[in-house]
Amino acid sequence: MYSQGLIGANTETQETPEFLAAFQARIDAEEKIEPNDPMPAAYRKTLIRMISQHAHSEIVGMLPEGNWITRAPTLRRKVALLAKVQDEGGHGLYLYSAAETLGVSREQLTQELLTGKAKYSSIFNYPTPTWADIGAIGWLVDGAAIMNQVPLCRCSYGPYARAMIRVCKEESFHQRQGYELMTSLAEGTEEQKAMAQDALNRWWWPSLMMFGPSDSDSQHSDQSMAWKIKRFTNDELRQKFVDATVPQAELIGLSMPDEKLTWNESKNNGQGGYDFGEIDWDEFWQVVKGHGMMNKDRINAKRKAWDDGAWVRQAALAHAEKQNQRKAAA
Amino acid sequence: MTEHKDHLKVALLQVADDHLILGHRLSEWCGHAPMLEEDLSMPNMALDLIGQARHLYTYAAELEGLQRSEDDLAYLRTDREYTNCLLVERGNIDFAHTMLKQLYFAAYMKPFWQFVEGCSDNTLSAIAGKAVKEISYHIRHAGEWVIRLGDGTDESAERMHLAVETLHPYTEELFWIDEHRKICIDAGLLPAADVVRPQWDATISAVFEQAKLAIPEVTYPLLGGREGKHTEAFGYLLAELQYMQRAYPGAQW
Repeated sequence: MYSQGLIGANTETQETPEFLAAFQARIDAEEKIEPNDPMPAAYRKTLIRMISQHAHSEIVGMLPEGNWITRAPTLRRKVALLAKVQDEGGHGLYLYSAAETLGVSREQLTQELLTGKAKYSSIFNYPTPTWADIGAIGWLVDGAAIMNQVPLCRCSYGPYARAMIRVCKEESFHQRQGYELMTSLAEGTEEQKAMAQDALNRWWWPSLMMFGPSDSDSQHSDQSMAWKIKRFTNDELRQKFVDATVPQAELIGLSMPDEKLTWNESKNNGQGGYDFGEIDWDEFWQVVKGHGMMNKDRINAKRKAWDDGAWVRQAALAHAEKQNQRKAAA
Repeated sequence: MTEHKDHLKVALLQVADDHLILGHRLSEWCGHAPMLEEDLSMPNMALDLIGQARHLYTYAAELEGLQRSEDDLAYLRTDREYTNCLLVERGNIDFAHTMLKQLYFAAYMKPFWQFVEGCSDNTLSAIAGKAVKEISYHIRHAGEWVIRLGDGTDESAERMHLAVETLHPYTEELFWIDEHRKICIDAGLLPAADVVRPQWDATISAVFEQAKLAIPEVTYPLLGGREGKHTEAFGYLLAELQYMQRAYPGAQW
């Protein structure tokens, strides 16, 4: 594989002021940075962190939705959900490959996930107790992910930007599918409507938290903006998401669990936008630090799959080795 | 065609149930596979199987003419009314058992679909045309794994041997022919055992030889599913599968 030649390669750069200025000039000229190009160590490190967190999120994200595959209420919904969860695994695979172009291996990144060293999107530490959660995840979680990811299609690092183009197409389909699922529930029986509203109540605030801390508290924002890894701040993206999503809820007769939500004419340079209530950042940090309802279950499930599968991976390697020896002997 | 309708419906429900239940078991792996590549390919094969089940249920419902939908048939029957063979409902146990189960089933379905593709029933022939391409991939995928595991490490070989010992007695039921299927066979709609069996034997022998596995003699085949007599685990599978339809009767999703 192309990227494997890059794993562990010597990527040291002399970060003289001239080098850094020339690098920034390429970024400012909207040139894409490619795997073999010299880059500042911090640029590489930031991208590895972002891409691997994104990949881990896709992989861990298979669990809360996978939770409903065997119980999906119709065959049509079942195949749609299976396909969606499979797409997420596929996104994980491209993203690990994109990370490999920066010199880290998938095995190394997997170990970081399993040992708890690496983070993944905290949203997946919330449980999916009802079928409506599948709709809420598609509509809100994938919707929020798209807001974050569409600008990443223009990210300065070429392999990440290109991976995101495909990922965004599929996520956009998932978002519409999730909204369509919620619409069916909202138009259904009283019980179904209540199930949809309950799911919205539980997923709305965690979805807003997906954009990360407020700009004033974000550790990574400024440099990432200068390097054009990020194009918008956390708060800008969060506002876009709220403005896009509130009318969608109204259209299907559901309401956001936020008493402070009001239309404000003067927002967004006079185009208008929603004011919304205060996010509970204590809850956000609690879940980020590992104390959400499902944090331990998620990691334990991934560890169990990895440990239980060890003999399979060993057998595949042993068989390949035997085949090579037979070929050499023939 | 009309005179075979009721018999064909019964026979197709057996095949539809096989696909749904095997797809259900395979989908249980999603997110829990030994490697990411298998987290993609197992749901992919489950999608193929459940997709085929949908076509078969829809056609069976049409033949029945009682205005039942694919979901009525898939979700709203009692355990005794499901006629899948026992092989497909067996639990996953481990990756060796799962891949072997897939291989046994796919090796049966390939010659089945190849025959059906050439039959005089256009609907059935169209379903077969799509399925035959998918099932060839399933044989390759599962077959390669059976070979890797059978001829891998000591542990994987032992697990493969155990899987063969456990599952082989269930394979006889794949070739079960009741009065309904017999009528469909005589009408040229479905293949006779002597069409399917030699190809199944050839596929399994070829894989087992490379996997260094012996084909066991089966003195006491395990049968019952085709007559609606299922193992204990099947009730739990249905409890999950049917949960939403049973908890919210009549709701649209």
